[in-house]
Amino acid sequence: MPEAPLLEVRDMRMQFVLSDSMLRRARRVTPEVLRAVDGVDLQIARGEALGLVGESGCGKSTLGRCIVGLYEPTGGEIRYEGEQLPVRRSRSQRRRMQMVFQDPYSSLNPRMTVRQVLSELLRVHNMVPRKAVDERCRELIDLVGLGPRALDAHPRNFSGGQRQRVSIARALALEPELLVADEPVSALDVSVQATVLNLLDDLRSKLGLTMLFIAHNMAVVRHVCDRVAVMYLGRIVETAPTEELFSNPRHPYTQGLLKAVPRLVPGHQSEAAAMEGDPPSPINVPSGCRFHTRCPIAQEVCHTDDPTLAANGGPHLAACHFAWTTAPPAHVPEVIAEAEAADASADPA
Amino acid sequence: MTDTPILDVRDLRVDIPLSRGTVHAVDGASFALRPGEALGLVGESGSGKSMTLRAILGLLPNPGRIVSGEVLFEGQDLASASAGRLREVRGASIGMIFQEPMTALNPVMRVGDQIAEGPLAHLGQSRSQARARALELMRKVGIPDPERRSHAYPHELSGGMRQRVMIAIALACEPRLMLCDEPTTALDVTIQDQILKLLLAMRRDFGVSVVFVTHDLAVVAQTCERVAVMYAGQVVETGTVEEVFRAPRHPYTLGLLRSVPRFDLKRQSLDSIPGQPPDLVLPPPGCRFHPRCRFAQDDCLTGEFPLRPLGAGSGRATACIHDDVCVADVSRNPVIANA
Repeated sequence: MPEAPLLEVRDMRMQFVLSDSMLRRARRVTPEVLRAVDGVDLQIARGEALGLVGESGCGKSTLGRCIVGLYEPTGGEIRYEGEQLPVRRSRSQRRRMQMVFQDPYSSLNPRMTVRQVLSELLRVHNMVPRKAVDERCRELIDLVGLGPRALDAHPRNFSGGQRQRVSIARALALEPELLVADEPVSALDVSVQATVLNLLDDLRSKLGLTMLFIAHNMAVVRHVCDRVAVMYLGRIVETAPTEELFSNPRHPYTQGLLKAVPRLVPGHQSEAAAMEGDPPSPINVPSGCRFHTRCPIAQEVCHTDDPTLAANGGPHLAACHFAWTTAPPAHVPEVIAEAEAADASADPA
Repeated sequence: MTDTPILDVRDLRVDIPLSRGTVHAVDGASFALRPGEALGLVGESGSGKSMTLRAILGLLPNPGRIVSGEVLFEGQDLASASAGRLREVRGASIGMIFQEPMTALNPVMRVGDQIAEGPLAHLGQSRSQARARALELMRKVGIPDPERRSHAYPHELSGGMRQRVMIAIALACEPRLMLCDEPTTALDVTIQDQILKLLLAMRRDFGVSVVFVTHDLAVVAQTCERVAVMYAGQVVETGTVEEVFRAPRHPYTLGLLRSVPRFDLKRQSLDSIPGQPPDLVLPPPGCRFHPRCRFAQDDCLTGEFPLRPLGAGSGRATACIHDDVCVADVSRNPVIANA
């Protein structure tokens, strides 16, 4: 690695203690612990867009919230530009990482106009001289593709896509270096999704933003991200540059996830489901490899030994005992091969 | 026999009177479903697809009502049917699957009893028969350990399992038609895949016809033979999935297809449809899509735009009068590469 990563997360853990009470303690019942994030190592290079994907409940949002400081992790450390961030972050440390939330209906204060939202931030963080606050508000709202009239409107006057633009303007008001976007388009209609995704992509190149893009939609991630990390039950199980991950997934979970995505091409369907069963509860994480209960190629060793993220001499890492020893199993989606063929035929056009 | 549609919706209109005006939620929607077929009803939120589905069963939310049009189910009009008649049809001849199994299921009733309710009420089965039927259905929809799970309450099951319970309830009386309202939208992609595969298998095993309301075009591509695209309360294009997806003949369909982030294509800037869906209290005159249409011409601004058949008897139709521009656009840049 030529340059230190902008953000580095080491062995991060976030546990939530459930059903703890005086009575239970008196009876010496051990409290139930939900291990939402269970030992994650992650690096994001400056200017990179990293996608974080996984099923609901895998801990991807919790990880995002820990990174921006909305949760105080129970273990591990976060390094920003090589320096460890303290539990209580300074105002300037907070400013440099901002977040865009999934639901634009609940993440904006319904009683504040857009101008109030933006100017409050600009003043509190002393982003611009007092006199320039109004000017800056106009710039920001223009940056996300809304007209100056939007400044005096309340969130209720906007559609979902416009609200998400306001949320993005709010995040950008503090001129962050790292933007954590937690499912920013999954509450939106497809036709609107596209405009917000394009906006994020534009802003990234225009402002040189680094982005952590949390999503469950693999197709969206493919369009936005340079690199993808796949999360399962609180752990990263595979990470690779986007094209590499999509064309050569090495972890059986990633393979199943990719295979499960419905295709727009009519008529490609196999009878069998891509992956059986539900994800286990993060309160009761399986022994050994945590994926072994659903894994189509699980062996004896997978029940006892927890695989670590291992590379094969490149930027592609996978946490599977058989990631690099076996050829990709036969069930690797034939659809992917077909899609690649379609790509090839579409490229000259 | 196969040509008489099992469901024929003709010029259906649903109004919802609100204080700020009457919302024309469904405004002259027409489509037909042949026996054994699956029809996808797609569109953005607010396009009227869910309202259409609810109108079929007389389950419109208050104060919505059907103002005109027919809903012919096996030749009988349900739009003008009495509440009693509708109750006979619902659950017996027509099964339903909703988006949110947690709100659609009864939270204080064991799931086994909920599945047995239909056979008890509609098929006149005894308690033990109905219970045996429930267990059999739970096995069929892939619920492990049905004996034990039948005693569970909905909150004790995962989202995927709850949706399986919904499917078992919908199938309990061997309906001839199943209406699905975004059945997989609330689920993870892996679970969605399981449920879609299950629905396909159930269609094959039970020979049931399906109307599938969804906003996800890829889900339609994987599950349906025919598709009806809705915009602002109207059906703007119909045809087989193969035809409509590969060669759309309405700019809205084309725009929708182009804005889907494609899993199988490399990174590129996504096309989008500018603007927003119209306010259905006061929809724009002329073609409702014209304010957002990049091909709109002067003659799109006034007049009526009913579905116009393309080729007799094929069921292929579009509401666009300049559909040749879509054909030209697609020939320049295919929607689906390996045509």
